[in-house]
Amino acid sequence: MPNFETILKKTLHIFTLVILLFATAAAMGKTINVCSTCEAKTIQEGINQASDGDTVLVKKGIYKEVNIIVDKSIILLGENLPTIDGEDKGEIIKIVADNVTVDGFKIINVGTSYTSDYAAIRVIKKNGYLIQNLQLEKLFFGIYLERSDNGKVLNNTIKGDAINEYNSGNGIQLWYCNDVEVRGNDVQNVRDGIYLEFSDNIRISHNLSRNNLRYGLHFMFSNNDIYEYNTFENNGAGVAVMFSKFIEMKNNVFKENWGTAAFGLLLKEINDATISNNVFKENTVGINLEGSNRVTYHNNDFISNGWAIKVRGACYANSFKENNFLYNSFDISYNSNINDNEFDNNYWSNYTGYDLNKDGIGDVPYRPVKLFSYIVNRTPETIILLRSLFIDIIDFSEKVSPVFTPDNLVDENPKMKPIKHDRS
Amino acid sequence: MIEVKDLHKKFGKNEVLKGIDLNIERGGIFSVLGPNGSGKTTLIKCILGMVLPDSGAISVDGKPLKNNFKYRNEIDYLPQIANFPGNLKVNELIAMIKDLRDSKATKDEELIELFKLQPFLNKKLANLSGGTKQKVNLVLTFMFDSPLIILDEPTSGLDPISHLRLKNLIFSEREKGKTILVTSHILSFVEEIADEIVFLLEGKIYFKGTITELKTKTEQPDFEHAIASILSSSYA
Amino acid sequence: MLKILKYSFYDLMRSRWSYVYFLFYLLLGVVLLFLNNDLSKAVITLMNVIIILVPLIGTIFGVMYYYNSREFTELLLAQPVKRSSIFLGQYFGVATSLAMSLVIGLGLPFVFYGIFNSNAIWDFTLLLVTGGFLTFIFTALAFVIALSNENKIKGFGYAILLWLFMAVIYDGIFLMSLLYFEDYPLDKFSLIATMLNPVDLSRVLILLKLDISALLGYTGAVFQKFFGTSFGLLLSFAMLIVWVVVPTFFIWRIAKRKDF
Repeated sequence: MPNFETILKKTLHIFTLVILLFATAAAMGKTINVCSTCEAKTIQEGINQASDGDTVLVKKGIYKEVNIIVDKSIILLGENLPTIDGEDKGEIIKIVADNVTVDGFKIINVGTSYTSDYAAIRVIKKNGYLIQNLQLEKLFFGIYLERSDNGKVLNNTIKGDAINEYNSGNGIQLWYCNDVEVRGNDVQNVRDGIYLEFSDNIRISHNLSRNNLRYGLHFMFSNNDIYEYNTFENNGAGVAVMFSKFIEMKNNVFKENWGTAAFGLLLKEINDATISNNVFKENTVGINLEGSNRVTYHNNDFISNGWAIKVRGACYANSFKENNFLYNSFDISYNSNINDNEFDNNYWSNYTGYDLNKDGIGDVPYRPVKLFSYIVNRTPETIILLRSLFIDIIDFSEKVSPVFTPDNLVDENPKMKPIKHDRS
Repeated sequence: MIEVKDLHKKFGKNEVLKGIDLNIERGGIFSVLGPNGSGKTTLIKCILGMVLPDSGAISVDGKPLKNNFKYRNEIDYLPQIANFPGNLKVNELIAMIKDLRDSKATKDEELIELFKLQPFLNKKLANLSGGTKQKVNLVLTFMFDSPLIILDEPTSGLDPISHLRLKNLIFSEREKGKTILVTSHILSFVEEIADEIVFLLEGKIYFKGTITELKTKTEQPDFEHAIASILSSSYA
Repeated sequence: MLKILKYSFYDLMRSRWSYVYFLFYLLLGVVLLFLNNDLSKAVITLMNVIIILVPLIGTIFGVMYYYNSREFTELLLAQPVKRSSIFLGQYFGVATSLAMSLVIGLGLPFVFYGIFNSNAIWDFTLLLVTGGFLTFIFTALAFVIALSNENKIKGFGYAILLWLFMAVIYDGIFLMSLLYFEDYPLDKFSLIATMLNPVDLSRVLILLKLDISALLGYTGAVFQKFFGTSFGLLLSFAMLIVWVVVPTFFIWRIAKRKDF
C-alpha cells in the first residue's frame, strides 16, 4: 500500500512536468491546425494566420493548392502525410523566409512548362531551411534551391515520370547554394536525380538515385563538395562531374549504367579530386575521364564493366592505386599512346603472371591497355571479336612489344589477390 | 536368285566393271575368280549395295536393289577384312548383329561350339588375334539362315582345322539348297567346293561354267593350269 | 538408326579416349575452381577453353572415329540397315558421348563447388549448352570431311585446317575486313560474318552474358537490337541449330551416294 508521501511526490512531479511543457510550447510558438473543418481550411490560410516560430499542422486530407507562399519562419508540418495536389497549374510551395521547415507532405501534379521551371518546392535566397520526409510525384522539378545556404534536404522520395529530356526537370536542384546537406533521398525517373550548379561545400550522402533519364548526379562548376554512400543505378548516363575542383567521391555504388554513351562516372575537366572506396559494377564504362588532372583513385572496385576506365583527351598526373579490376571486358582504354598517369599496386583479374618470391606482388608487370581496346576505339564494330583467339594473339604480340599502346603504362606491382578494402 | 544386267562402274578414270551380265540360279556354290583388279570385290559390293553402279541393274530374288535395303535380310556376307569396334566384347557383337537383323532363330551357339570360341566370348575384340577375329566373322555370317551367302576370302588367317570345319559348313549350307558366292585366291579350295566358276577379266565375264567345262575349253588337264592359260593368253 | 547410335555410344563409352577427354575436363574444372577459388574468373577461362578446344576435339575425334571404324562400317553396310542410319547413328553416337564427357566432366566440379547457389549458374549453363552445340557441329563437319576423303592423312589434314580456319584465321580475315572498310556501316556485315562461323557464333552467344556491358556501348541500331534484346540470343541459337542440321544433311547425302 503506497503511503501518502509518495503520492504527494508523484503529483508534484507531474505538475512540474506539465508546467514545463506549457512553457516550452509558448517559447516555440503556437500551433495552427489546417483541415477541412478547422478554422484554416487551406494551407495558405494557415500560414497567413501564423507568425514566426509557429507550427502550421496540416491534417490528413487532399489540398488542391498552388503557389503556397511561406513568408514566415515557421514549421509546416504534415500529419499522416496530407496530399497537396497542384493540378498541373504551376509551382506548389515557395519559401521566401529564413529558417523554414517543411516536413511530411505528399506533393503531386506540378505543372510542366517550357518557359519556367516549376518546382514542387522552391527556396529563394533564404537560409537555414529544412525540407524532409516529402513524397513528390508527377513533378517537373522536385526541390529547387536557388541562392539559399545552410539548408538540409533529408529523406525525401521523388518519383518522376520523365520520358524526354527536353520537357522534364531535375529531382533536387541546387543553384548557387553553399553548405547544404542532401541526405537519404530516393530520386527516380526524373531528368537529373540531383543537380548542382555553382554550389560549394555541399554534402551529399546516403541517397539512392536510379532510373533517371540523364544523370543520377550532376555537378557543374561546383567545388569542395563531398558525396558518399550513395547508390547510382541504371541512370541514362550515370554520374557526371564537370568543370569542378576538389570533389571527394567516396563509398558510392555506381551500377548498371548501360548504353551507348553511358558510364558509371564521367569526369570532365575535373582537377584535384579524390575517388575512393567506390564500387563500379556492370557499367558500359566505369569511369570516363576527359581533361582531368591530379585525381587520385584508390581502393575502388571495378567489377564486370565493359571498360573499367576510359581515358580520353589530356589527363595528367592521375594516380590509380590499390583498386580491384575484376572481370572487366577492358581494364583501361587510351585513345593515344602517351601516358602521364600512374598505376600501382592494383589487383587485375586478367593478370596471368606469377609470384615466385611469394610476396603477394606479381613478378611480371601488368599492361592494362590492350591493343584490341585501341582497335575498338578506332572501329567500334570490331567489338564483336571480343575474346576471340585471334585477338588474344595480337594482344599478346602487342604486350611483348608495344607500338600502339602507351609504352610506360604498366602496373609494376600487380597484386596476386584481390584487395580487401576496409569499408565501414 | 541374282540377276545382273549390263553393270558398269568407274572409280574416277578407272573403269572397273565394263558391262557385266550374270545370272545365278538358286542353289549351289559359285566361285568368282579373276586376277587382282579384275572387279571381283566390286561386283560383290554392287550386289550388297555397298557400291552404287553407274549403270545397269541388279536384282536379288526378283527385287531390284535401288533404294532398297531390306533385301539384305536375305544375304549373309563375310567381309574380307574383319575389323570390329575394339571396345565391344565378342558376345556383345553377336548380340548386336542379331539385334540389327531383328532375327531370333539363329545358330550362333552351335557355331561358337564349332569354332571353339567360348573362351573368347567375354574378351574385347581389340585383344583377339587375326584368326580368332576371322572365326568370329564366320559366326556372324553363318548364324543366320539366309538363302544367299556371300563369302569374300573366307579362308584367310584360318588354321587347318577351322579351314576344314568351314568347308564342311559350306557344304552343309549347300545341302539346304542355298546359293553361295565365294571369292578366293586359293585355287585348291575353289576346286574342291565350287559347282560353277565365274571368271572375271578386265571388268568382264570371261567365263562362266563348271570346272570341267573350263578344263575342256582351255584344253588343260587340271584347274590350276586352266586358270594360268587364261591369264597367259589374255596377257600375251 | 537408334540401334547404331546405341552401339556406337556403348563402344565409345568404353574407349580410353572418352575417359581421357572426360578426365581432362574434370581436372580443368577442379583446377579452375579450387585453385583459383574465383567462380567468375573460372567461367571466363572456361569460355576460352570451350570455344577453342571443343571444336578441335570434336573434329579430331570425329575423323578418327570414322577412319577407325571403316571396316566395321562395311560390316554394317552388308546388314539390312539403311545407309543413312549407319552414318547418322555413328555421328550421333560420337557427338553424344563427347558432349556427355564435356557436360559431366565440367559439371561435376562445378556442382561440388556449389554452382546451384550462385548467380553464375546461367553463365555456366550457357557455356555447357554452347559447348554441346559446338561438339555436334564439329563432329558433323569432321564426318563430312572423312566421308569425302578416303585418304586418312588427307582427311586429318583437312580437319585440322578446318579447325584452324574457324578458330583463328577466320577472325583474322574478319578483323582485317572490318578495319579496311571502317568508313562503311559495318554492323550488319559483322553480324552476318559472325553467324557464318560457329566458333564466332558461340563466342558471341557467351559474350551476350559475360560482356553485355561492353557490347551495349556500341551505337549501331542493328547491334543495339541484336545485343539489347532477346533477339540476339534467339537468333544465335537458331543459327547454331542450322549449323548442326546442315552438316548432318551433308552426312546423309554423301553417305547415300558413296561407294565402299
